[in-house]
Amino acid sequence: MPGEGGEAGEPDRAGEGVSPGEGRETAEAVEAVFREERGLLLASLVRRFGDLDLAEEVTSEAIEAALRHWPAEGVPARPGAWLLTTARRRAVDRLRRDRAYAARLAVLAADAERAEPAPAPDVSGSGQGFGSGSGFGSDELPDERLQLFFTCAHPALAAEDRTALTLRCLAGLTTPEVARAFLVPTATMAQRIVRAKKKIREARIPFRVPGPDELPGRLPGVLQVVYSVFTEGYAASSGPRLQRLDLAEEAIRLARILRRLLPAERESAGLLALLLLVHARRDARTGPEGEPVLLEDQDRGRWDRPMIEEGRALVVRALTGGPAGPYGVQAAIAALHDEATDVAATDWPQIVALYDVLRTLTPSPVVEVNRAVAVAMRDGPGAGLALLDALAGEPRLRAYPPYAVARGDLLGRLGRDGEAAAAYREALELAGTEPERAALRRKLGE
Amino acid sequence: MKYMLLIHSGAVDEQGGAPQCTVEDWMAYDKDVRDAGIHVSGESLADLVTATTVRVSPAGERTVTDGPFAETRELLGGFLVIDVPDLDAALDWAARCPGSRDGGSVVVRPVADFGA
Repeated sequence: MPGEGGEAGEPDRAGEGVSPGEGRETAEAVEAVFREERGLLLASLVRRFGDLDLAEEVTSEAIEAALRHWPAEGVPARPGAWLLTTARRRAVDRLRRDRAYAARLAVLAADAERAEPAPAPDVSGSGQGFGSGSGFGSDELPDERLQLFFTCAHPALAAEDRTALTLRCLAGLTTPEVARAFLVPTATMAQRIVRAKKKIREARIPFRVPGPDELPGRLPGVLQVVYSVFTEGYAASSGPRLQRLDLAEEAIRLARILRRLLPAERESAGLLALLLLVHARRDARTGPEGEPVLLEDQDRGRWDRPMIEEGRALVVRALTGGPAGPYGVQAAIAALHDEATDVAATDWPQIVALYDVLRTLTPSPVVEVNRAVAVAMRDGPGAGLALLDALAGEPRLRAYPPYAVARGDLLGRLGRDGEAAAAYREALELAGTEPERAALRRKLGE
Repeated sequence: MKYMLLIHSGAVDEQGGAPQCTVEDWMAYDKDVRDAGIHVSGESLADLVTATTVRVSPAGERTVTDGPFAETRELLGGFLVIDVPDLDAALDWAARCPGSRDGGSVVVRPVADFGA
């Protein structure tokens, strides 16, 4: 992979082709290739043919062909070029069979060509290898995923559809996997994806990267999609499990791709930093029964130090060279927590100062709740409680359990146990996951 | 690709008209659309008090009623059909439309193309 970092846990890829007889390993290698690079291939085909459905169809056909041929014949020297060539041939065949479809796409393709000529990949089959840890994107295909990110996260699509499309087209998840991630039936998710693709096609949402003047308006939407994948994975909003790690890791993978594609954007560094600095605490965040463990009670020895170091380096990038964005500021807050040996040693004045910046960038009652908790740590529980009580009328906090939990904690620290119990019971009614409810019942001594 | 911009006014005065934008705003926008070579058609609609609704029953009986009157906050005040390459271009023109300001909104609808 080009750029810094690379893909964590990325499997080593076959070097100069695999000889026949290593079938099982080869099949796994092929799946890994597609898991990682499906989006790369899809983006290239979308660029060439201007049609997401066709691109998806022939991408799937190409991988099926690879699964059939490679175990017997060996992985070609340039697997990426092989897959792209196979997919392109299937697309051309399809267009020859269906003239009306081809005529419609010809208009789209012409538009795309005008915008930027599609590169013609080398199909000779010789040349650079696939190995030395680099994906075929770096040496066989230009990385054209950025435009697909912007299409999938287009503001003309419903927010839930943006997330689903991004997971499918760029993370390479299958529709059943996306459905499982969001705890909806596969048929429901399939309908949602079909509807979103129909809108892209028929309203002609373009496959393009916004120009420099539009980018500040459009980038937050793309980052938001990745962030919402992460938060959905990090704290499942409903259901028995508190964390769905696979989604959080998908989000980090997507954030890494965006970071590589947009190296000059501080917020792409800020988002990746934030995800890493929060995800670094994953092992300490839940107890043996799956119950949530508060930051102050977490075993900090179980935090992922290399991940924290990677995140901290990115925070520096996110905060230098201009005004910080909301992801950079949130990452800086997360970094301060991650750097502290315990709650007492945490730099609360600095955290309050960062929340002061964040509330101007993205004002919201949730930011105010977090700021109030930080103020309580800096100035004492009474000061924090006064700020929380001032938020009592906020409609958005009525269904937000952390607000009631924070009030309960501060009331408890002030010795107002009866009121604390009332606040915990309020949170208990709102809490979405069973581990959260169990933790609240323990606070209540039930 | 053709898109219809359905221009809805936000606030409506007593006569059913939309007061917020000046005639000069609209003339300047209309000129920009024509100068860009994307204008297909467009009209602004007379005040809602002049509207009449027609329905024909399954038996073929015609019902004519006065109205509709503004029951919703937003009301269709005009439309514009433009021919631009993609949705982003259509959204840009919608955002420049004076009808998208002051509580108004512009709904962008692709025109169905049955020829392709």
